Amino acid sequence: MNGYSADPGIRWTEWLPWVAAVVFFFLLPGYLSLGARILIFILFALSLDLILGYAGIVTLGHSAFFGLGAYTAGALGAHTGITDPFLQLAAAAGLSALLGLATGAVILRTRALTLLMLTLAITAILLEIANKWTSMTGGADGLSGVKVDPILGWFRFDLYGKTAFIYCLALLFVGWWVVRRIIYSPYGAMLTGIRENTARMNAIGAPVYWRLVLIYTISATMAGVAGALLTQVNQFVGLNVLGLEPSGDVLVMLILGGVGRLYGAFIGPVVYLIAQDYLAKQYPEFWFLGIGILLIIVVLFARGGVLGILDNVFTRNKKAL
Amino acid sequence: MYSLETKKLCKSFGALVVAQNIDFRLAPGDRHALIGPNGAGKTTFVNMLTGALPPSSGAILLGGEDVTRVPQSARVRRGLGRTFQVTTLFRSLPVLDNVALGIAEREGVAKRMWAAASSHKDIIEESKSLLAELGIADDAATRVADLPYGKQRLVEIAIALGLKPKVLLLDEPAAGVPSTESARILEVLDRLPKEIAILIIEHDMDLVFRFARRITVLVQGTVLVEGTPEEIARDVRVHQVYLGEQTHA
Repeated sequence: MNGYSADPGIRWTEWLPWVAAVVFFFLLPGYLSLGARILIFILFALSLDLILGYAGIVTLGHSAFFGLGAYTAGALGAHTGITDPFLQLAAAAGLSALLGLATGAVILRTRALTLLMLTLAITAILLEIANKWTSMTGGADGLSGVKVDPILGWFRFDLYGKTAFIYCLALLFVGWWVVRRIIYSPYGAMLTGIRENTARMNAIGAPVYWRLVLIYTISATMAGVAGALLTQVNQFVGLNVLGLEPSGDVLVMLILGGVGRLYGAFIGPVVYLIAQDYLAKQYPEFWFLGIGILLIIVVLFARGGVLGILDNVFTRNKKAL
Repeated sequence: MYSLETKKLCKSFGALVVAQNIDFRLAPGDRHALIGPNGAGKTTFVNMLTGALPPSSGAILLGGEDVTRVPQSARVRRGLGRTFQVTTLFRSLPVLDNVALGIAEREGVAKRMWAAASSHKDIIEESKSLLAELGIADDAATRVADLPYGKQRLVEIAIALGLKPKVLLLDEPAAGVPSTESARILEVLDRLPKEIAILIIEHDMDLVFRFARRITVLVQGTVLVEGTPEEIARDVRVHQVYLGEQTHA
């Protein structure tokens, strides 16, 4: 719950994800690469939650920004001398913001199914460009040999993913802080208003279209940073960062965790990627089936995702008391 | 100068003409009612005034300025407020937030991205005192969806008033409200700030004759007659097309 009646103070439960991340770092050193991947997808899901959960923009094309960010960092690291990690992030953020602004300004005049198809079309176009422009992207083989300098000239990306994990955690923390501020701000309250009732927002004098374009651009920037992080951590980028599949993945993650609730974006990727990791080892051919069943269960029986279930249990206990 | 004026306003959908050369004027402090049988084009006229629908020809002036091509939200910022015939609220939000969102837009606060919404005490205080004026201060924390319909109609009016409009369009403010609760709405309408120019669209003739000092009768997209309630009540043509129907029904 955000808005004018909400208490913006950070509750103790909100520190739990960060405590969990630190515990994970020390207790499961063998899984830090998976951990870094989870953190990146949390950032990606968080950016989607901002536009889908709060502003109500339905999209199947959020991978366009994730992928552009990933290829920007990749192309810089593989083809140019720009190997500083933060410079690569900045470039990825800048290009993703530009793409968000340019495409948002066009497609946000539409809504519902038209909007959904347009977002999908944009990421499909980028996928095709990445596929054909082999000299820049490596095409279907992917782009390997992406060079990334040690962070701050000091912390080298190691084999076990220690540096990667902490690097991603730090950036996720910044992303979380920014998103949290926005959500609790008047702007966040206003976005909730647009999601709740666009006609009413127009009738109180809000320039709805421009407000949506701005939040879309901010969200695109974050998704671009997440994509760049994935490239830097893997020192590789392939076509799987663009198109319908990663867009669908992050959407499923958010639905699993709970849409429109800040921490749904945290829980979803954890559940999804751990399930994927486990199922892919046990049943390499059928792991998608497990994810599918999970999604069906959530959509049928727990519309608010994992957080929705927790909410229900909690309020029931309260009532019992 | 008029608060709101239309000049030869026309609208047609293909061959269907729903508004034809409507000349209409609203001065500051006016209490004007727009009546007419179903399908007379009242809703179309209101939608053109607010900017939801572009007119086919003619002009709309707000405070003397031509706003015919100005988008809806910009007209609101120039002082044109409205309520909806069917409640159009933020249903899952508390009553306070419903009003505060509008006040924040008026004050230009809604663009702010960093400080918490709830730290804007002035917005919250103003929202609360507005709710108190309408007698729904106790419901500030209630979700709109959990309110009885009569109170939802009051929230609808509260949001519009929070915009401090110079012109207020009330689209059937008492529609769907049980008669036990409509007295409360009438009372609120009577106490609206004197200087606002108000146009009310209403089917309830008791309300119209009690509230309005001038009445425009719209029939098939044209103004049939305009006058004081007494003149309208005496007018034979009005009886034929409109009031007559009601007496026979």
